[in-house]
Order: sequence, then C-alpha cells, then structure tokens
Amino acid sequence: MKYVLMFVETEAFAKELEAMSALELEAAYDAVGRWFAEHSDKITHHTRLDPMHTATTVRLGGGEPVVTDGPFVEGKEVVSGFAEIEVADLDEALKMVSTWPACPLLEIRPFS
Amino acid sequence: MSESGDASHEALARVVREHAGRLAASLVSLLGDFSTAEDLVQDAIETALRRWPAEGVPDRPDAWLFTVARRRGLDLLRRESTYRAKLDRLTWPAPAVPDDRLRLIFTCCHPALSRSAQIALTLRVVCGLSTAQIAAAFVVGEATVAQRITRAKRKIGEAGIPFRLPPPRELPARLGEVLAVIYLLFNEGYLSSTPERAQARDLVDDAEWLAALLANQVPKEPEAAGLLALIRLHRARGAARFDAAGRLVLLADQDRGRWDRQAIEEATALLVRAARSRRRPGPYQLQAAIVACHAEAADFESTDWAQILVLYDMLLHLAPSPVTRLHRAVALRYTKGAAAALAELDDLDEPLARYPLLHATRAELLRALGRRDEARRADEQALALTANPAQQALLAERLDWT
Repeated sequence: MKYVLMFVETEAFAKELEAMSALELEAAYDAVGRWFAEHSDKITHHTRLDPMHTATTVRLGGGEPVVTDGPFVEGKEVVSGFAEIEVADLDEALKMVSTWPACPLLEIRPFS
Repeated sequence: MSESGDASHEALARVVREHAGRLAASLVSLLGDFSTAEDLVQDAIETALRRWPAEGVPDRPDAWLFTVARRRGLDLLRRESTYRAKLDRLTWPAPAVPDDRLRLIFTCCHPALSRSAQIALTLRVVCGLSTAQIAAAFVVGEATVAQRITRAKRKIGEAGIPFRLPPPRELPARLGEVLAVIYLLFNEGYLSSTPERAQARDLVDDAEWLAALLANQVPKEPEAAGLLALIRLHRARGAARFDAAGRLVLLADQDRGRWDRQAIEEATALLVRAARSRRRPGPYQLQAAIVACHAEAADFESTDWAQILVLYDMLLHLAPSPVTRLHRAVALRYTKGAAAALAELDDLDEPLARYPLLHATRAELLRALGRRDEARRADEQALALTANPAQQALLAERLDWT
C-alpha cells in the first residue's frame, strides 16, 4: 500500500525549536536524517515545505478568487512536510512513524 | 433436527456467537476481503435468525451458516470473478482452518478505528449480533449503527488495516485496545445507564464470552485473565444486586446467601493463577482483586478494607482516574472515617461534576456525619444525573425516608 505521511508542526513544537541552541538544533536535524536513512527503502519521495509565512491561500468559487496571506488552516497545527511511503499495510506505516524524532503530529493517508 | 431445536432467544444467541466469528474469520482469510466476508456472514446470520426460531437449530449450525453464506456469495458476486472463483472452490469445513477469531478481534479493535466503531464491529463480526441487536443494546438508531459499521469496514479495506496478529512487541498495547472494548461492553450491559433496562443481559454474556475467548488464546497475558475474572466475580453476585421489585440493592445490604460461592471461588482461583504465574499486575487484575476482597467477605462488616485501600493505591499508581479515586474514598471511609473520605471528594468535584455516583457517595458520607440537609441536596443532584431506573429508584427512596 502507498501512504502519504503528513508531518504537522504545532505551536509548542515551533517554540521548542526556537529555544534550541545551534548544537541542539544540529542534533535534532541529525536525528531526522537518520530516520529517513533508516527507512529509505520504504520512502519513495519526500518534501519539506518552507516556513508557513511563505504560504499563500486562494479561495475560489465566490466570483473573483480571494487571495490571502498564510496557510489555509488558521490553526496552531500546520503541515510542514510530506513523505510518500510504500509498505505492506497500515501497521507497518504505524510502526515506522512510531520512531519519528521530530514534530509531534502526523497524519497517515493512503493514496492510489 | 437435534435437541437444540430449542430455539429460544438465548439458545440462538449462543449458537450464533459460537459460529459467526469462526465463519467470518475463515472467510476473511480465504477471500482476503474483510468487508465482503463480513457481508456474507451477516446475511447468513440474518437468515438464520429468521428461520431457526420456526425450523429449529440445525444439527450442524456451522455448516448451515457456511452453506448459506457461500450460496449468497456466489449469487451476489456474479460479476466479481475472483471472489466467485474462490467461493466456488470452498467446501466446509474449510481446509483445516485454525481458530482465526483472535486475528478477527485484533482487526475489529484496531487503534486506527474509533472506539464506537471498534465496539460495533466486534459485536457484529466476532459475536454475530445483527445491526438491530446492537442498536437496541446501546439505544441508538439502527441507521447510526449501520453507518458506523459501513465506515469502519471501508476504513479497514481502504486504509490497509491488516488481518494479522500484532507482533509480540506490539501485543501488550494492542491487547489493551481489545480489553478496553470488552470492558466497556461489560459495563454497558452490567451498569446499563439507559432507562427500562437496568440489566441488559445479552451484552454481559457477550462480554464474558469474548473475555474467555481472549484469555484462552493469549494465556501468557495476565490482564486477559484478570478481565475475565473481574467479569465473572461481578456476575457471581448478580442475583443479589436487585430485589424482587427490581430495585438496586447496595453492596452493604445484599443477601450474600444469593451470591454464587462456587463461581466466586473459581474466578478468584483464575485470578490468583494469572497473577502468580506472570507477576505482571495491571488494572484489570487489580480491579478483580478488589472485587474478590468484597466477594470473599462473609458479611459487610468483615470486609478487609485495609487490603482494598492498598489495592486502590496500586490501581491509581498504574491507571490514575478520578472514578478510581472516588472508589478509594469509599474504602477510606471504613478505615479512616467519613470525614477523611469526604475531604477526598473535594478534588473530584470538577472532573466528576456530572457523575451521579460522586453525588450519591457525598450524600452517604454527609448522612453518616449527621449533615442531613446537605446530604439531601447531594442526593437530589445524583438523581438528576442518572438515567438508570434502578439507581433512580434507590435514590428516590433515600430521599423519601430522610
């Protein structure tokens, strides 16, 4: 089965990152790099999105498109990256994300 | 027809429960499609529930159900040649199928499904309840249950939830989901919070049956045996919980002569065996041990409250919960007195504001301390919050004579 993992950042997590020293930040990035390396045989593609202040949202359907600054959800949880994986089933995907070392929220959604 | 031609409601439930899950498990394995297999089994069960009351239960209910499911499948799946070809080749008993119901249970209780979906699926797929029976047991509309089941089955198929036993490392966590589902079923049946049915027998039967199946299949997991012992210890005292008029009788006032002593001894032995052989205490074993303490006391006065208090402390350590703290406060009343117990309730006002037993307990403690007016107000609060007719009657009676 193919799944997309959506990595979601929370406000608390963003604050944690901000508070980190350069050294701690490097260690955090290393952990993420190791996780991707460890699962490289199952990850077919992955993307890290640029920070949310770079996002632009367009709403269609009410006459002229309405363009606004920022991500489409005005919440405290914002998608910050994607990975496409190919594994046997949901349990394998769940096992894989159980060791994810960074942001505290993930959505797993199958695609065909 | 066999002598099981006695097609009473309970006999039917028993036969269906014994065979529906096995048939579902083997069809899921053989067809490789959870949803299709489940539809066929459900169809066969509904046919059986229609025909058996009149015709009697067949000698081989498993073969009968299988034949109906297979015929129905060949009929329905005319266009889907792969399933059709698979079904066409099937004979009963299917080639040496091991008891796959454990896999079925783990699939139905997968953590990626909501708790309500886990419950509905388990009842339907493992225990063979019809949608109407589940709706009646939980007092929700049939359409709601049907939709819950349809959604859950789609999620299993489309999200790739496997039909597989969790590997040993994941087993304890996944077992926790299954135990929680069975425990909720038991509670719903035993302490049913809905009017007109102070005791819904069927769900309690189903819960005990599921717990026994589970304990039998995962003998190395003491919590499964703990839950089974807990359910059996409660049931052993069931006959004394209601008086002739259907009113709830409190533990202190129960006629202990009506408790099933043999069932209590057997359940206690089961608990002790599980606890001693594994030495891994858990919330279900501890709750069962608390109930065993009550069950072993010859009368209310000889209850070993000190021991019960220790068990509650262990339980709170493993699984902190405001409801457990409330129960612990009751044990504290009999070791340290009503004033000490009452003080413990203050912290529980916020988390348990809408929990009738908090107010009923406060009323009891206030009454023990001679604070009658406050006790009355607490009883009124409890009465306003409970929908259970037996509990309502008990509280109303207390208001009458105080």
